[in-house]
Amino acid sequence: MELSDADHDLVSALADGLTLTERPFLAIGAELGMAEAEVIERVRAMVDCGIIRRFGIIVRHRELGFCANAMAVWDVPDDRVAAMGRRLGEMAEVTLCYRRPRRLPDWPYNLFCMVHGRDRTAVEATIAALAARCRLDGFGHAVLFSSRRFKQGGARYGRRADDALLNGAAE
Amino acid sequence: MDPIDRRLLNEFQRDFPLEARPYAALAQRLGTAEAEVIERLARLSRDGAVSRVGAVFPPHVVGASTLAALAAPVSRLEDIAALVSAYPEVNHNYQREHRLNLWFVITAPSRLRVQAVLADIAARTGLEVLDLPLMEHYHIDLGFDLKWN
Repeated sequence: MELSDADHDLVSALADGLTLTERPFLAIGAELGMAEAEVIERVRAMVDCGIIRRFGIIVRHRELGFCANAMAVWDVPDDRVAAMGRRLGEMAEVTLCYRRPRRLPDWPYNLFCMVHGRDRTAVEATIAALAARCRLDGFGHAVLFSSRRFKQGGARYGRRADDALLNGAAE
Repeated sequence: MDPIDRRLLNEFQRDFPLEARPYAALAQRLGTAEAEVIERLARLSRDGAVSRVGAVFPPHVVGASTLAALAAPVSRLEDIAALVSAYPEVNHNYQREHRLNLWFVITAPSRLRVQAVLADIAARTGLEVLDLPLMEHYHIDLGFDLKWN
């Protein structure tokens, strides 16, 4: 699906989420000069084709008692990382799972996943169990617990945020 | 937090009704009124349990993103974290227990813009910023099971 200019505007408008009013899609449409039905239809199309991965209530783990989160990383040979990543990504306890580049010498790890839990001990136990089930034991490994959250919000992929920034930066 | 709050948070992270009055549809499924659903979501947002009702975009389908990390001297960590958070392109920013102690995600309409933000942060802090863009993703996001049962 090719994104039209109107779709890009919609992506921007969705960055902050729906208003908590009776007809939130009407509000977005009014802002963008689109009919309510058209907004809903475009959002549906974007969900159907995977441009939107998930649409719904987005919760904050920490406020709901999942106070511990860790990024677990491994250094897996490049020819095995896809198979091991797919296996790790299937595990219910994993909230994100990615391959990223190493940056030697500072950063030797290429397989990343996030695990959230009620407390540190629970997260440590989960990661140990994941490593065993996914045969990751023996590879270079680190667990980076988060000690403080400075910012968490929606992604701003839309063009309008960019325009605002470009104007602000006088580029 | 009562059982309706819990169901609201756990059952509508996906398959959210995309229709003209979505909160009325939620209310119907929860056996309550539209105004009450709106009021509950407003309260849960104020309390911080709900970030927003909206879309999660997979990385790189629209626009570009990266995970970045830097090693901030402890005495400057708070100032540097504030500097990083102030960019509208930075949507997550965490302190983590590692020599690389500040980790953040940058999202923007283009890779060029992501790189410009990285370069700007490096210049303003005088620190090396690691750029760790996603190469493959392995996880299907079905929301987060709050395991209340």
